[in-house]
Amino acid sequence: MSHLLEITDLAVSFRTSHGLIRAVDGVSFSIAEREILGIVGESGSGKSLTVLAILDLIGDPNAAITGSIRFRGTELIGQKPETLRRLRGGAIAMIFQDPMTALTPVFTIGAQISEQIRIHTDLSRHAAQARAVELLDAVGLPDPHRAAVRYPQELSGGQRQRAVIAMALSCNPALLLADEPTTALDVTVQAQILELIRKLRDDFNSAVILITHNLGVVAETADRVAVMYSGRIVETAETAALFADPHHPYTWGLLGSMPALDGIRRPRLTTIPGLPPALDRRPQGCAFSPRCGFVRPECLPAPPALTGTAHQAACVLAGHERAAARNQVLAA
Amino acid sequence: MAGTIIRRLVHMIAVLFGISVLVFLIFFATPGANPAARIAGKNASPQTVARVERQFGLNRPLPVQYALMMKKIFITRNLTSYVNLGEKVVPQVFKAAPVTLSLVAGAAIIWIVVAIVIGAVAAAFRNSWIDRLLMVLSLIGISMPVFWVGTMANLFTQGIWHHTWLFSWVPPLGYVDFSKSPVLWFKSLLIPWITLAILYIGLYARVLRAALIETMQEDFIRTARAKGLSERQVLLRHALRCSLVSVVTLFGLDFGVLVGGGALLTEVVFGLQGVGYLTYQALETLDLPMIMATVIYASVFVVVSNAVVDILYAAFDPRMRLRR
Amino acid sequence: MSEVSATDRDIAPPAPGYWAMAGRKLLRDRAAMISLAVLVIIALMCAAAPWYAAHIAHTNPFRSNLSGTVMRHGKPVEVLGAANNPLHLGIEPIGPSWRLGPYMLGADQQGRDVAARLLYGGGNSLIISFAAAAVCLVLAAITGILAGFFGGWVDRIISWLLDALWAFPVFLLAISLSVVLIAHGIDLGLFRLDASSLALPITIIGVIYVPYVARPVRGLVMGLRQSDYVLAAIGIGAPAWRILWFDILPNVISALVVFAPLIIALDLLTEAALSFLSIGVQPPAASWGTIIHDGESLIYTRPMVAIAPGLAIVITVLALNILGDGLRDALDPRAKLRN
Repeated sequence: MSHLLEITDLAVSFRTSHGLIRAVDGVSFSIAEREILGIVGESGSGKSLTVLAILDLIGDPNAAITGSIRFRGTELIGQKPETLRRLRGGAIAMIFQDPMTALTPVFTIGAQISEQIRIHTDLSRHAAQARAVELLDAVGLPDPHRAAVRYPQELSGGQRQRAVIAMALSCNPALLLADEPTTALDVTVQAQILELIRKLRDDFNSAVILITHNLGVVAETADRVAVMYSGRIVETAETAALFADPHHPYTWGLLGSMPALDGIRRPRLTTIPGLPPALDRRPQGCAFSPRCGFVRPECLPAPPALTGTAHQAACVLAGHERAAARNQVLAA
Repeated sequence: MAGTIIRRLVHMIAVLFGISVLVFLIFFATPGANPAARIAGKNASPQTVARVERQFGLNRPLPVQYALMMKKIFITRNLTSYVNLGEKVVPQVFKAAPVTLSLVAGAAIIWIVVAIVIGAVAAAFRNSWIDRLLMVLSLIGISMPVFWVGTMANLFTQGIWHHTWLFSWVPPLGYVDFSKSPVLWFKSLLIPWITLAILYIGLYARVLRAALIETMQEDFIRTARAKGLSERQVLLRHALRCSLVSVVTLFGLDFGVLVGGGALLTEVVFGLQGVGYLTYQALETLDLPMIMATVIYASVFVVVSNAVVDILYAAFDPRMRLRR
Repeated sequence: MSEVSATDRDIAPPAPGYWAMAGRKLLRDRAAMISLAVLVIIALMCAAAPWYAAHIAHTNPFRSNLSGTVMRHGKPVEVLGAANNPLHLGIEPIGPSWRLGPYMLGADQQGRDVAARLLYGGGNSLIISFAAAAVCLVLAAITGILAGFFGGWVDRIISWLLDALWAFPVFLLAISLSVVLIAHGIDLGLFRLDASSLALPITIIGVIYVPYVARPVRGLVMGLRQSDYVLAAIGIGAPAWRILWFDILPNVISALVVFAPLIIALDLLTEAALSFLSIGVQPPAASWGTIIHDGESLIYTRPMVAIAPGLAIVITVLALNILGDGLRDALDPRAKLRN
């Protein structure tokens, strides 16, 4: 598989009055054409920043991005703003979390979609508008002609998210970055939107990076999963492998706190004790160590590296210790 | 939309009624002195005072007095001044209205355009020296009394520098009717326009800059960037369009302050015979019927234009249509 | 488990008091501090007006000096000399000497010392604008809190009154009130104001801007009334006065502090405008507005008479506006007057 996007040792740091804070700290992953990668983590784990960094959309003058982001072999970090601007909405499109606020309130849906089409193609105003209606139809908005001349606040949340997706798809992006696209929606609508995103790969040949804090979403949608904690990736694997044999204690915690709707229902849900560390007070070693029930002395001096080949985890627990420890958490 | 308009018009009529009652009470029911003596003017003879009392029905109950007053101002329009004996007041107000309108409309165009440019430039270069300079200038603009700016403008354009190439085109003070000579009309109003506009340029530029900077934090701005719009397109199309709403609101509010205050003082300083100038002349002689008429008509103008602005606002910003 | 240590580490040091923090922020704001210093200096200079008139200008700034002379460059010069035109038509007041002493800024049409009048007038302008702002803020706080806290018909009546006042062009309201009251003063039985009293412009200017402040205060109080901590206080049975005093008032006061300099600036400009139209401060008393009015007729011969008080207004209002910006940044970055 050729890599569509390859991220190596990405770091996003913020200059603050208390010094430099590394919100994303040495993240590396890659994604192939037509692949769906899920990135899972709690709020503040740096998953959104990772994705925003790809298109340089962090928009904070105090943010510094280092490392390497290669898209189809071209380095994006330090790239000219004009080149990045052409990529945005063209080859790489983005869907944001809150459809309520993601659309400009003073323009109609159709106008906002056709605006993007006209930036990246030389379609006429009329043709762009027609294409916008087509897209709205493709994402399953009922009565797309009428929806196109409506203002965002005249649509429901789910309809708006469909409009946002239609906008993102308008220029057939090779890569779609979806930042918690279902978090702000009702549960029934969530399922529909996820279904839609899965279908995109078939209809539009897009690869997708799906950010979520919900493992269930990932299980349903993604081919591969990366789990982030406090600015680092702690585990990454094929979705089936991750769910069958999670390696990292944090992943166990996440799984333990998720009710199983199918399969064996656990007697009770477990929680992860404590809170994620503040970014400026991250421990020297493994960031999860203060909350981990299996801390070893070797966890403390430096964060463990990701080890493994297909299934990687950043944990010192050896394979044979893992099963017993995991059972303590999951089968409690 | 139709519902919004009707509701706004009903509100407008209620406000007009409230204002007319308020004016009436101020002029006829303020404790302290006999209203007839006030209306008759300084040093009026007892006969005049008695006639005023009869004409305005001052011995009858307040609601009747109010109705008589409104009839004199709006229906028969035969309210007369007792200072300039027998002069009918309302026709004078109508004669003066085009002057005020010319002054206000011209100034409004200047200040809206200039303020948008300044606000957008300051927001685009925020925290740079350009931004700081523009904001200091704006702050000075809102700190200057308009009548003093006008006096200073006269000092330079009519006095000290009148004979230099810079201001030799400035005609003598006073209004020239548009139908008489459009060029002279323009020349005679340009300095007053700028004078009147300065305050509002400062005010609006500051408000617009703040609104733009706040809008630029919104989620939809990130969406616009993610669509591949350039920073300039994001600012001018998406952010500006949303921020203009705050300026339009302000415009509705300021019309009142302007017609009642800024324009009056500007007219006085530049000798433009508008409604404000009439009020001013009446103030010097304490000609109450004249003041009452100008105040009422100016208020009507203000309230009506406020309503128009509000309705335009609803048309302008789709967000407003769903609310209320 | 390490759970305890994790939460221990997350406890931040206690936040310093709100006012102390705002004060420290304001002290670091150079522009605001300079403005405050400028305001204090202007106020002190105005307070020194009688001393200046007696010991430097050696004149009575309230009495005409039509035939006096004054020493200039060792020669006696008429305060009101013949005008400097071919026919010597009319009279021309003496120009500025630019030196500390009599007629430093020249004389006005009645031969009065402009510099001394400037200081006296400044005193009046400042007294009126500060007092009117105090009247305005107190009235606005009372009406805003009553309407916002009690709601119901109290709110409805107050809001209706505020709306009516609001829609009335402020300046026309001031003109109407002034013109009616200026000739005869006001007499409400116990409450009597003389036409020449400064209390008259103070009351008028104080009242007209009440809606500007009362409306935001009402909105603030209504918001607080619905806030979780006030609902909680009501829930545990705290009496209304207690909630007003401990939960509502501190927030309202912080808003009023932010508004205060802006209202003072607005009042100063309004006072100047009314006095310029000769319906504010009445002669022989002066304010910056009346001096500009006096200077208007001398504008082409002795422009300093109008320039000086105008500059004084601009500097004072500018300082007030900068101070207002600083206070807003320090106390409540989102506070807005008039909505």
